[in-house]
Amino acid sequence: MMTATTAKRLNLVGLVITLLTILVAILWAFPLYWGVISSLKPEDEVVRRYIELWPENLTFSHYYAALTQTQIGIWYVNSIVTAVAITVLTVGSSLFCGYAISQLEFPFRRVLWWLILASFMVPMQVLIVNHFELMARFGLINTWAGIVLPQLIHPVVIIVYKQFFDNVPKDFREAAAMDNASEWRILTRIYMPMNWGVTTALAIVTFIWSWNAFLWPFLAVTKTEMMTITVGITQVNDAFGVYYARELSAAVLAGLPVAVAYLIFQRKVTEAITLSAGIKG
Amino acid sequence: MLRNKRNEAIVALLLIAPFVAIYGLIFVYPTIRLFITSFQNAPLIGSGEFVGFDNYTRLWGDRRFNTAFWNTAYFVAITVIPGALVAFAIALGVSRLKGRLQALVLALFFLPYILPVSVVYLIWDWTLNFQFGIAMYVFDMLGVDRVPVFKSTVWFMPAVGVITIWWTAGFSILLFLAGLRSIPVEIYEAAALDNASRLTTFRQLTWPLMWPVTALVLTIQLILQLKIFDQVYLFSVGGRPNDNLVLVYYVFQRAFQYDQGGRAAAAAVVLFILVIVVSVLNFQLTRLSKGRA
Repeated sequence: MMTATTAKRLNLVGLVITLLTILVAILWAFPLYWGVISSLKPEDEVVRRYIELWPENLTFSHYYAALTQTQIGIWYVNSIVTAVAITVLTVGSSLFCGYAISQLEFPFRRVLWWLILASFMVPMQVLIVNHFELMARFGLINTWAGIVLPQLIHPVVIIVYKQFFDNVPKDFREAAAMDNASEWRILTRIYMPMNWGVTTALAIVTFIWSWNAFLWPFLAVTKTEMMTITVGITQVNDAFGVYYARELSAAVLAGLPVAVAYLIFQRKVTEAITLSAGIKG
Repeated sequence: MLRNKRNEAIVALLLIAPFVAIYGLIFVYPTIRLFITSFQNAPLIGSGEFVGFDNYTRLWGDRRFNTAFWNTAYFVAITVIPGALVAFAIALGVSRLKGRLQALVLALFFLPYILPVSVVYLIWDWTLNFQFGIAMYVFDMLGVDRVPVFKSTVWFMPAVGVITIWWTAGFSILLFLAGLRSIPVEIYEAAALDNASRLTTFRQLTWPLMWPVTALVLTIQLILQLKIFDQVYLFSVGGRPNDNLVLVYYVFQRAFQYDQGGRAAAAAVVLFILVIVVSVLNFQLTRLSKGRA
């Protein structure tokens, strides 16, 4: 057995580790704090030559300027529309497809499943040239549809759905079939309600992924009024001149929706992210 | 009960139709086009003549491709394993905490991961600003000379690497925490009964039991960092992009700045094959190690 003194020593070590963890966590989040706090200072305070942890004169004027003097409002609309469209289309099509693969017999079912698993390995970045060519041919450059279409491939959503549908006990299906329920009814009355949890989790992370997407929206749009907010805030900094605080207020506005979504749905987000990674191995 | 096979197949086809249509248009077709384009002297839009392996052979003579290739390798080297170690250490610390405190501390580590890359870019561009960045005040206090981090070839990749670790560690921490939680408490109680020291317990229990999760984190990070572009592009604006090229950046530059779709496609195919090889190797390795266990 452990002696009292070693136990005490171990507890001391434990306490040090705990305090260290908290300290590192605070330092880790400090750049975020610093970005937010700088955006709330008047420009002359922002460039003071010493560290000022709290603004002397707190101001929201940069937010007002960013909202009224840039196209940030339109970028918000573009981001919301495209991210919602990507989320609805991806989750919807994946739910139906995942259900069919999991529960129904049809020709080439295994082939389709293997194709989906294989596409999981393909980095979408390598397709930018051909996506651009395709969207240009459809005349979709600088349109919402052009931003949305190439972002609709998330094989992981289907893979997660198939797993969840596989795990629904067969009894439910057989009982419903006895009652002569149609396939559509079985899907919408049994399988979908039983998996609302995973659906909301997948929808939240798909929304966050789409909101945060940079490379494709950056390529698909050349007009400032069609940019998503993620791209927009990096493209027009010259319009701000050297107004650091205003630039940072735009960054805060761009990050706010996903940060808030995460803080509200913390558990769902972590669940969906662990799920999507569990398959990646 | 007899199931109506034909009916079932029709329902199934209707259900898979939306996905299959998207998949064919946005994935299968562009992938086939990618390989065809890589053998043509095509511009960004429209096709060109077949030139055999010309685009590929030109890659090897291209100094910029060389830079892109080695920078990507360098970036992978400084982010994948160091990032996993940092995340593992943090996860060990966080796993000791309880309840609300744990949720709060985890949120602090995880928050950067949830933010768009452009927000990460603006925040760090400000933090490391040569004139007014808070990091430079710290440099001054330590008596270190200020560095224009993103304008210096030496400092660029390490700085972007550290920022990337900061940005993505939350994801790895989450996986490590899930792994740590799945280790049964009884094992540790048994170790405590044997009077095993903290270090021995860690070396002989935690570390080997965490190996599968570690392998998973390393693979995901490796594939992710091979595809790096966003941060490198953003931090290069106004700096020295041609010294900071990575593979996806090279593809972007060839296609969208030089209008050379064919040469861009050839570079993209190289990256494509690289990622597939890594994925398949990893798959085989995990299967092998599972077979032995």
